[in-house]
Amino acid sequence: MDFLLDEDQLAIKKMARDFVNEEIIPYAREYDEKEEFPFEIHNKLREFGLYNFALPEKFGGPGIDKISHAVIVEELARGCAGITTSVEANSLASYPILVGGTEEQKKKYFGILADGGYSAFALTEPSAGSDVAGMKTTVERVGDEYILNGEKCFITNASYANYFTVLAKLKAAEGSNKFVALIVDRDSEGVNVGPHEKKMGLRSSNTASVTFDEVRVPAANRLGEEGEGFRIFMKALSYARPMVGAQALGIAQGAYEEAVNYAKERKQFGKPIANFQGIQFMLADMAMQIEASRLLVHKAVWYVQQGTPNIKASSFAKCYASDTAMKVATDAVQIHGGYGFIREYAVEKYFRDAKIMQIYEGTNQIQRVVIAKDILAD
Amino acid sequence: MNIYVVMKRTFDTEEKITIKNGQVADDGAEFIINPYDEYAVEEALKLREEHGGEVTVVTIGEEEAEKELRTALAMGADKAVLINDEDVEDGDPFSTAAILSTFFKDKEVDIILAGNVTVDGSSGQVGPRLAEELGISAVTTITKLSIEGSLAVIERDVEGDIEIVETQLPLLVTCQQGLNEPRYPSLPGIMKAKKKPLEKLDLDDLDIDEDDVEGKTKTIDIFLPPAKAAGKVLEGDISGQVKELVSLLTTEAKVI
Repeated sequence: MDFLLDEDQLAIKKMARDFVNEEIIPYAREYDEKEEFPFEIHNKLREFGLYNFALPEKFGGPGIDKISHAVIVEELARGCAGITTSVEANSLASYPILVGGTEEQKKKYFGILADGGYSAFALTEPSAGSDVAGMKTTVERVGDEYILNGEKCFITNASYANYFTVLAKLKAAEGSNKFVALIVDRDSEGVNVGPHEKKMGLRSSNTASVTFDEVRVPAANRLGEEGEGFRIFMKALSYARPMVGAQALGIAQGAYEEAVNYAKERKQFGKPIANFQGIQFMLADMAMQIEASRLLVHKAVWYVQQGTPNIKASSFAKCYASDTAMKVATDAVQIHGGYGFIREYAVEKYFRDAKIMQIYEGTNQIQRVVIAKDILAD
Repeated sequence: MNIYVVMKRTFDTEEKITIKNGQVADDGAEFIINPYDEYAVEEALKLREEHGGEVTVVTIGEEEAEKELRTALAMGADKAVLINDEDVEDGDPFSTAAILSTFFKDKEVDIILAGNVTVDGSSGQVGPRLAEELGISAVTTITKLSIEGSLAVIERDVEGDIEIVETQLPLLVTCQQGLNEPRYPSLPGIMKAKKKPLEKLDLDDLDIDEDDVEGKTKTIDIFLPPAKAAGKVLEGDISGQVKELVSLLTTEAKVI
């Protein structure tokens, strides 16, 4: 058992950290304020190979292990979780293809991403969030095509995606529970992307709804068999979930670093506030919980690396790291006092960005349901 | 073009220096490529982009220096050489230059780039000593380099002014801040660096007797600079403060 990053992972971490300090942190605030998608930064990330981490090397991926992937995601999120979530949206949309796609589908659709494209994972619906199976989007087989109808919401990258990976229910007689996973090209007729949502956090990322109105999707774009869609999407989420933990970890780490620096500089009653035990206890709790999150995230990622994603470990990681991010960011604002409430200081952005980590890719309540189900299985 | 870079693993410039038992303590310290050597690596890569050829990075140090060599390979260097000097007693700039000159003796070299100084020893001697041993020109503290055929036109920093030097290859230069902006290694660069050749040599491989390269410098004492005294705040009306400031600058600081 070894808790240390190896030489390559350390080199990758340092490279990502340097990149984030130079190329992301100085600009993150500006894009957050403008709620604008920073194409320049995304292009630069691609230039340095910091993109499309889910793709196998032969399809244009960087050929790194999953711990390195998590380490990079953590560093990126320390800089800006909005940018990170956009980068990882390409990964999220790739997992269903990775799980259920054919070589041809992988070559074509991973190729689009490697050539500078974007993709989006379309699962959530206005009335089907935690209750995934309650979705209303349907497909109907007609000849060599599926006719797709429905609405997906809160879709990251939707405005810029070249294609969507979509889960829908097969239209059949009463009570059908057959799901179909599809790759839907953005320029297909009947695909409409709604306006960009105005969000509390992750404001440099793009989020919009997508409606499918009688969209004809070639049967060749189906992932796996009819009826396998649900399993494919759930497996995809088990790859993605630990990386949400890694993102939350980056937010927590960033907020913590700001809090430590501020506590050492800020003087009250004639000494740095870091000298007061009330502040020290908050900092110690932050450090401890961040370390615990990191261990949970790395363990969950380790299972993914072994090719055996572990549902319980993934839920532990996602849930604990995101609860930690929220708590650490809240305390980091508290340590900054009034200044923490001012938008010039980085901590308020970490605070706003942390909240969604507890909500998306399975709310933390659902994570606990998953964990309890596993515990009580026998 | 045969391009060589001589580089060193040094303390991260963010590190706080402490002294334990008369030595600079390095336990737990972060190490980096000496920042001036990074300019040398960057310039070497630019030369290769312009003129073709191969960039080899060379360092003298212990096993751990492999990490910094890998970073240079990740930035884009083609090959690396690590010469282990753990057998050398009291190694100093003389030792380093002597070992390097033996290494370079049978090499075809067009240009050797080094840092202007290291941020640890800061002697600035290794480059010029090496050039002297090899019988080639040396130009220090360069801030601009252009090469046409075998002619090199160089701008160098002379205490804030610029001196323009023309000279011939083969050549050794030491690099000053302002020469370029070193690139980060890219992620594919890091992945490729693992597979690039890294040759490890010791003194025996170079037929060097460790006594012949023993340092000639004696270190008498190592101490930290005195803590900076608190500043003085002048009081009273403005004209009085100006008078007092002028008098302090003349009599106490003796700068005017």
